[in-house]
Amino acid sequence: MSPDDAAIVVRGVTKSYGSVHALAGVDLDVASGGVLALLGPNGAGKTTLVRVLTTLLKPDGGSARVLGCDVVSEAAKLRERIGLAGQYAAVDENLTGLENLTMVGRLYGTPRAPAKARGRELLERFDLVEAAGRPAKTYSGGMRRRLDLAAALVAKPPVLFLDEPTTGLDPRSRLSLWEVIEGLVAEGTTVLLTTQYLDEADRLASTIAVIDHGRVIAEGTSDELKDRVGGERLEVSLDDAAQAQAAVEALAALSDEAPVADGLLVRLSVRERSGAIVEAAHRLREAQVGVDDLVLRRPTLDDVFLALTGHAAEEAAEAEERERERAA
Amino acid sequence: MRRLISDTLIIAERNLVRLPRAPELLIAFTVQPIMFVLLFRYVFGGAIRTPGYTYVDYLIPGIIVQNIAFGGFVTAIGLNEDVHKGLVDRFRSLPMSRAAVLAGRTLSDVVTNALSVGILLITGVIIGFAFHADALHALAGIALLLLFGYAFSWFFAFIGLLVSSPESANSVGFIAVFPLTFVSSAFVPVGSMPAVLKTFAEVNPFTIIVDAMRSLWLGAPAHNYVWGAFVWVLVIMAVFAPLAVARYRTTAGQ
Repeated sequence: MSPDDAAIVVRGVTKSYGSVHALAGVDLDVASGGVLALLGPNGAGKTTLVRVLTTLLKPDGGSARVLGCDVVSEAAKLRERIGLAGQYAAVDENLTGLENLTMVGRLYGTPRAPAKARGRELLERFDLVEAAGRPAKTYSGGMRRRLDLAAALVAKPPVLFLDEPTTGLDPRSRLSLWEVIEGLVAEGTTVLLTTQYLDEADRLASTIAVIDHGRVIAEGTSDELKDRVGGERLEVSLDDAAQAQAAVEALAALSDEAPVADGLLVRLSVRERSGAIVEAAHRLREAQVGVDDLVLRRPTLDDVFLALTGHAAEEAAEAEERERERAA
Repeated sequence: MRRLISDTLIIAERNLVRLPRAPELLIAFTVQPIMFVLLFRYVFGGAIRTPGYTYVDYLIPGIIVQNIAFGGFVTAIGLNEDVHKGLVDRFRSLPMSRAAVLAGRTLSDVVTNALSVGILLITGVIIGFAFHADALHALAGIALLLLFGYAFSWFFAFIGLLVSSPESANSVGFIAVFPLTFVSSAFVPVGSMPAVLKTFAEVNPFTIIVDAMRSLWLGAPAHNYVWGAFVWVLVIMAVFAPLAVARYRTTAGQ
């Protein structure tokens, strides 16, 4: 992709807090009309990057352009053309849904009456008409997120940033928010979203960038990433940890890579889904390994991380957390 | 500049709209000060000697100043919530004037302060307070009160941005303001205090402002109180407005 077609161009962006490198040189391109998911654990630098791209935070180094505007030198101009919906729904709890949207519209410089009309239009679109006159503090989590997203869309921005749009939502609200985002994308909005969930990235994004320790460590379509992770994951719980080595040897033929033993658990990615469980059970029985449980599941963020970085997503988040605490 | 004014008004409106919807806030602005006036007037009033004045005349200027000082809590707590709940991020991602968030917040305090001054004056008049001054001096007193309230809002804005939670904004503000207002001439003549407290009370800006109010409203000897009070107001504003703005920049920019 040439930079001319890109709505978002990020080159070597760095940002540190003390000794913690929240962003350690990020390069990214998002095509106009595309959807990029930044996938990574807590503390990987996702939110920091969104804050840089939405002009909330000045990067220490590198450069970033959104819609051709430099995020530092042309910040004021850029703010007219982007929408941001944050991790925690940034709505005024004491204002009603309509008042919230009207206020945002007026802060864009729209007179009161048209701002209100635009607010009503958005409330209708986001299925909040009945709640329009109620203070936002009476809204459910899902309703708040929708109102927050509506607030981000007041000025019809061509580029939308969504920082963990569905974290903490119940499955139904999550699904309805996904549908809303898909609708926006269908209308041509460029979206950069961050998420901790592989299924969310999978469903919404045309491109996924995996981010860890402030760096993009892999980028591609969801299929490309899954190919790198390997296929379905088979997890075997043993009766006795002493038999782990025997289990690893028994199962080696099912996978292209060596199975990994961790206490009572043996993990491997299997080549073929069909018959994998039966085959594994048969081999383990022949090797006289006592088995407590056998599970076949799709790859998760943890597996992506394990495959790409050699460590689990949780560990990365905890290590980052510790570093942050030390820095603070 | 036009943008700054219109955005400031929008933010101020947003802060004021919440008042009638939050009963606990409304009580803080109305019932609570009335209660304190009645308690001081009728519980302590009989035991406190205020030569030259009836206690109710002595009390009203003092208690209004104290009440305005405490009114700033709403700013501290509100700003703290705005930062931590992500609303400041939303504002900063909008093409609005960046100064308007703080300017609107402190401006809305002027309205709430005017409201509580009005309520306390009416309460005072009902229980026997009277102006011993002409209309011009009475109005000058009200102007001084509102200016002082505005300056103090910046102090509380700074506190609200400095601390990590609304609860600690509350306690820091309380610990700072309670001794300052009580160890002053607000409720008792400073001459009745032990030497150390008396020395502190005499230089306490609250004493100077309360005494300025008494000179404007009750015709008490002015000395330099009135000028002193205006100077203090400007000093408070000159110190805390830049501090609050700087703190807002660093807090929000992280």
